[in-house]
Amino acid sequence: MAQLIKDGALCENSWIRITPEDAEGIPANGDIIVSLSCWQEQKDALKDHNGKVAVCLSPGQEPAELADDLADLPMIAIDFPMFADGRGYSYARELRTRYAYQGEIRAVGDVLQDQLFYMWRCGFNAFDIRADKDASEALKGLNDFTVTYQADARDPRPIYRRQPA
Amino acid sequence: MSDRLFPNKLAGYLEYMYVYQDYDQRLLDERVAQFRDQTQRYLDGKLAEEEYRPLRLQNGLYVQRYAPMLRVAVPYGMMASPQLRMLAHICRTWDKGYCHVSTRQNIQFNWPELQDVPDILEALASVQMHAIQTSGNCIRNTTTDEFAGVNAKEIDDPRPWCELIRQWSTFNPEFAYLPRKFKIAVNAVPDEDPALIGVHDIGVQIVKNAQDETGFQIWAGGGLGRTPMTGEVIGEFVEPRYLLAYLEAVLRVYNKYGIRDNKYKARIKIIVKAMGRDKFRELTEREFAELKDGPITLTEQEMERMRASFPAPSYSSLKDLPEALEQALSSSKAFSRWYHTNTRAHKQSGYRAVTLTLKKTGRVPGDITDEQLDVVADLADRYSFGELRTTHQQNMVLADVRQDELFDLWQALDSLGLATPNLKLLTDIVACPGGDYCSLANAKSIPIAEAIQHRFEDMDYLHDLGELDINISGCMNACGHHHIGHIGILGVDKKGREYYQITLGGRGDKVSRIGDKMGPSFESDEVADVVEKIVKLYVELRHDDELFIDTYERVGMEPFKERIYGPAN
Repeated sequence: MAQLIKDGALCENSWIRITPEDAEGIPANGDIIVSLSCWQEQKDALKDHNGKVAVCLSPGQEPAELADDLADLPMIAIDFPMFADGRGYSYARELRTRYAYQGEIRAVGDVLQDQLFYMWRCGFNAFDIRADKDASEALKGLNDFTVTYQADARDPRPIYRRQPA
Repeated sequence: MSDRLFPNKLAGYLEYMYVYQDYDQRLLDERVAQFRDQTQRYLDGKLAEEEYRPLRLQNGLYVQRYAPMLRVAVPYGMMASPQLRMLAHICRTWDKGYCHVSTRQNIQFNWPELQDVPDILEALASVQMHAIQTSGNCIRNTTTDEFAGVNAKEIDDPRPWCELIRQWSTFNPEFAYLPRKFKIAVNAVPDEDPALIGVHDIGVQIVKNAQDETGFQIWAGGGLGRTPMTGEVIGEFVEPRYLLAYLEAVLRVYNKYGIRDNKYKARIKIIVKAMGRDKFRELTEREFAELKDGPITLTEQEMERMRASFPAPSYSSLKDLPEALEQALSSSKAFSRWYHTNTRAHKQSGYRAVTLTLKKTGRVPGDITDEQLDVVADLADRYSFGELRTTHQQNMVLADVRQDELFDLWQALDSLGLATPNLKLLTDIVACPGGDYCSLANAKSIPIAEAIQHRFEDMDYLHDLGELDINISGCMNACGHHHIGHIGILGVDKKGREYYQITLGGRGDKVSRIGDKMGPSFESDEVADVVEKIVKLYVELRHDDELFIDTYERVGMEPFKERIYGPAN
């Protein structure tokens, strides 16, 4: 069953996440998500990988680490080891606003229905829902609210700039 | 039922405070639906306890010792009479007939059933109230001076800025999962700190620059809790239109760099201290530079809309000290005492601001019953433009009372038990719910407050002692603000027994100062004795009508220590 929500709909996940502990290392083919340290160590080799390459930022690894690589990256994953660790929200906002990053920003890890709306507003457009949860249920979380007060990555205008004059 | 009780809800009310637009109401309704669904999923076993926990906390719902506790937000402490009636209705329908004013100016219900909470929230939403972000690791209710708008000393009305902060912080997507709770307070009075901004994560001091323009001095890194400290100024003069940009910059720095692996080090104060104020300011300035002049910049129109949301009530043109008041003052000693203790000067001539003390001996400090709430709502309508405030000292305020009606109001309040003339006096004790209710508490606080109040029942003596703040917290979380009590009492657990640690010299008035620890802690039945001894020594040591805190600051801890523990070797 699909666990990935992308641009508001369930879809198949073509990406494989390579964690530093993966014994077999990087597969020869396919779309892969690698850790920041893997990317930094093997950047040149990875540019020749037969498939797309994305980098995963963990809490404590800021987007600035990828500032020079953004044009080469079709996707940046942001890991939530625990959903209560909210650093990833600021990272996504920075990627969208400070760096004007246009690629996919995917939330991975402890990704659950009740955080999706906030994540989406911060600039995430893909959500790899935690394996034990029903992603079709989780999808509802994107529609919790029709009203927002603040500017966000979707609408740069806070509510006081959206009102008719 | 609530529709019958509250026809047209707030029509005709809320003239003097922010009125919800359609979108504000829609947001609240959507929140109720969301929380109803979350609670149902939890009850159905689809949401694990640890997944539901932060969700319910962000809606003010704690699971307490005997029942859940629901904390309802009272933004910057302001309410209109229909809202009071709704609180009374909730007390009757879903609780045990009373509620509690917290030190964040919020209202707490101690006995709701979990499955009823969505219905309670729906009832609250019908009068523009909610429990959003009253707990959890997010931005909490913004607080201010309970005399905002009527305080003759303020240089601006803080409430429009509080409302702007409320909207900016409500469901701010970036700051819902902060390292720890985050509290903001706004103060507009120079040289005094009625909002306690010095002990907030962010304190906003409204100031005037040399050109007489209004701006904000931003403090960061204050807080009570386990490691109490006062904040430091990080922004000297932030222009009004940049207020939210600056706050967002501070929050982003905190969200990225706050400590997350140790909840006792997770408040902003720890990183401000650890990296140093200058480094923290540098990081903030870097974020601010990007946000400044971006869309978050407040528009003139929006600032004006907020100012217009808090107009002065339609005061009558009256003189101070009218004949009716003078007569009442000279004929009733009890009224006169109450007048001098519980009412204060007002911006508008002919009016006074009245504090309703929720501190009658034998009652839990800050508790109020459904019947009292209903009558207070009527009194607010009759005497104070239908408006009421809560205070961080757990009292209530009718801010706009005609002086010639004070005697009538006093009589009504007196028969309700809300006119105890002890405002700011020793028995006006601030106390958290403590171990009687709270599952976090190490010790009880309510019986300690009561024991102390019983020792000081002689009103003449109390008035002779003058202003003296006693604050009691049942644990390190410091909900009773014990660090800033002139006498602070903290419940601690020692091998399963309740002990109490005493601090002296804290203050939260002109400046915020953290109290000094006196020495070894005491058993519960010793605390009132110790307080009595401390007070007796103060009376011996004071010069003329010197206040306790001034005597303490003059003589220091030693004489008190020696009196309590005996001479040092």
